[in-house]
Amino acid sequence: MTTYFNEMFDAGQVRDPYARLQDWMQSMPADRRLEKQAEAEELFRRIGITFAVYGEGGDPDRLIPFDMFPRVFTAQEWAKLDRGIKQRARALNAFLVDVYGRGEIVRAGRIPGNLVYQNAAYEISVSGFVPPKGVYSHIVGIDIVRTGPTDFYVLEDNCRTPSGVSYMLESREMMMRMFPDLFRENRIQPVDRYPDLLRRTFASVAPAKCDREPTVVILTPGHFNSAYYEHSFLADLMGVELVEGQDLFVDGAFVYMRTTQGPKRVDVIYRRIDDAFIDPLCFRPDSMLGVPGLMDVYRSGGVTICSAPGAGVADDKAVYTYVPEMIRFYLGEEPILENVPTWKCAEADDHKYVDENMADLVVKEVHGSGGYGMLVGPKSTKAEVEEFRARVRANPSNYIAQPTLALSTTPTFVAEGVAPRHVDLRPYCLVGERIELVPGGMTRVALKDGSLVVNSSQGGGVKDTWVLAE
Amino acid sequence: MILTIQHMTRYDYASPARAVVQSHRITPTRCDGQKVMSWQVSVTGGRKGGEFRDGAGDLVTAWTIPGPVDSVEVSVQGMVETTDMAGILKGNRETVPPEAYLRDSVATKVDAALRDLAQSVSETAPLDVAHGLSRAVTKAILYRPGVTHSFTTAAAALAQGEGVCQDHAQVMVAIARHRGLPARYVSGYLFADAAGVAHEAAHAWAEVYVPGFGWIGFDPANECCPDARYLRLGSGLDAKEAAPIRGTTRGTGEESLSVTVAVQAQAQ
Repeated sequence: MTTYFNEMFDAGQVRDPYARLQDWMQSMPADRRLEKQAEAEELFRRIGITFAVYGEGGDPDRLIPFDMFPRVFTAQEWAKLDRGIKQRARALNAFLVDVYGRGEIVRAGRIPGNLVYQNAAYEISVSGFVPPKGVYSHIVGIDIVRTGPTDFYVLEDNCRTPSGVSYMLESREMMMRMFPDLFRENRIQPVDRYPDLLRRTFASVAPAKCDREPTVVILTPGHFNSAYYEHSFLADLMGVELVEGQDLFVDGAFVYMRTTQGPKRVDVIYRRIDDAFIDPLCFRPDSMLGVPGLMDVYRSGGVTICSAPGAGVADDKAVYTYVPEMIRFYLGEEPILENVPTWKCAEADDHKYVDENMADLVVKEVHGSGGYGMLVGPKSTKAEVEEFRARVRANPSNYIAQPTLALSTTPTFVAEGVAPRHVDLRPYCLVGERIELVPGGMTRVALKDGSLVVNSSQGGGVKDTWVLAE
Repeated sequence: MILTIQHMTRYDYASPARAVVQSHRITPTRCDGQKVMSWQVSVTGGRKGGEFRDGAGDLVTAWTIPGPVDSVEVSVQGMVETTDMAGILKGNRETVPPEAYLRDSVATKVDAALRDLAQSVSETAPLDVAHGLSRAVTKAILYRPGVTHSFTTAAAALAQGEGVCQDHAQVMVAIARHRGLPARYVSGYLFADAAGVAHEAAHAWAEVYVPGFGWIGFDPANECCPDARYLRLGSGLDAKEAAPIRGTTRGTGEESLSVTVAVQAQAQ
């Protein structure tokens, strides 16, 4: 029987960061809890925060479950995470600039060339290009799990357009409205600077040709996209326009936005559209979402695209295994946060091990995301394991495997009261002229008893994440 | 050899387009054996946009034509002194690692027939393999204009057994990659000599990366490697990526295209 680290109760004692939550918890009898839960749901619905579950059908306006029990870190715990996350974000960006430049890390034999250059996410069309300030990934979302008091592992990196930050901000807002007393009793570091820092990050990477206050826009695929709420929410908080492809056009060497006062030049585009769709002239000709000619403007320095096209090669699950190598190679430092040991099925020995131990492992598609196309061995039936085994055998290089981690739990409100549920954490590191991290992130919680899958698309919920002041 | 180029491409729109955006790779490659004496590109009603040299060494120039647009004429006039480099690309500055050209694209995906064609060559040394593959493509696809389209894939062209230089080049690229040799599609011009052997003045061929030599051109359509009659413009994973003119139109009307190309050799 695996034992799981409980972030609140350790060996029968309440851990320090949760000390003041003990009374609060006991002051919440079932009826008051249900009342508060209903209040939270009503608030979420009124502001319109919903999350469509991609590819699952059903109600697209379904609420993502919100759990009122906060997840708490001490200032000291966060200090380590802060250093580790920033270190990783720096190394990932150095890697991107390198592999689109001289490729020193490949030449040095520290990462296999085929993994990089034959990767579907490697964008030949941006080879030789260094984006403003040498930043490819402006928002690095790093998924972290905890297995003990001081043990943290990075599960994956998200270098393209990690979603979910609206939940970090909304969860906090919600808690402050519903439980103002908690915020008087605990010294919780604020996260509300995030939109301002995000806007500053974008402004700091405006192209050299921009000689005035940069105009920033968010480019969304439209309201059918599952994260549309977040796109409009962030545009609103940053005070920038939310646009779709058809609202932008290229004229000469620049990109313009149609406005009621006539065309306005755009300097920085925070795109929430995949590479393949941003410019039908350069990538998929059938894309209706993008802006024809955008890539030529970008490459000739007329606009900055965030994240930079091609950034995805750094967050590929097979490349992930080399991030500790990147940290040593580019920064000359030892990784502060550890990687989860990973078997690459592309390698025969690894595949053999995975094949033999599949029932104990978590097996994932190299390019998958959102908890789709994965197998959690210990939680699967024999038939499911067999089916997955066949899939991996048919195309080994498409899969990696990791041990089933003993994810930490935090107390969570459930039908029967309060019970431990598994959690992870996605902080959002901002990289521009400076590197910034607000103390917090999105904590996802697997609401089903015993479940280790926290993805919102697989029945996960969210919690407010607290980082206490010193 | 001094080649003079006159190349006119005209797009007519059945109903006026709201705007046209183009991306050109239509300037001679800066490499040994190609000395540009003059080169001019003009676009009727067009505004020249950004210009940059991409990772493959190609000069990319963006153009926008504000609407309403009834027609667009892209004309190229130039004079280039060429030297026979025995098909070897030299002096082109590029950052894309050859390995990146082992990747598939939609138009060059291999099927069983392409795999068989790739395996029909028994040689093992890379240079011999490349020559062998080029010969195999010449045999497998007869030159016949009008039976394939700009979007015909390598697999479809091989199944049909006939096609034009684009099909020869894409099949060559597909099977070379299958044999583990980085390969790319090249667009350019070709001077048809008095004997009338070479065809297709707006031409395309393949380049294969051979360790020790670098990129070498192969033209299965003419059973040779590029020489002084060839003028190289740009490259890509397939025909679409290497196209001298890529464009999109905002509007609903139909587009019709006419092209005239003249490549002549001047007495030196």
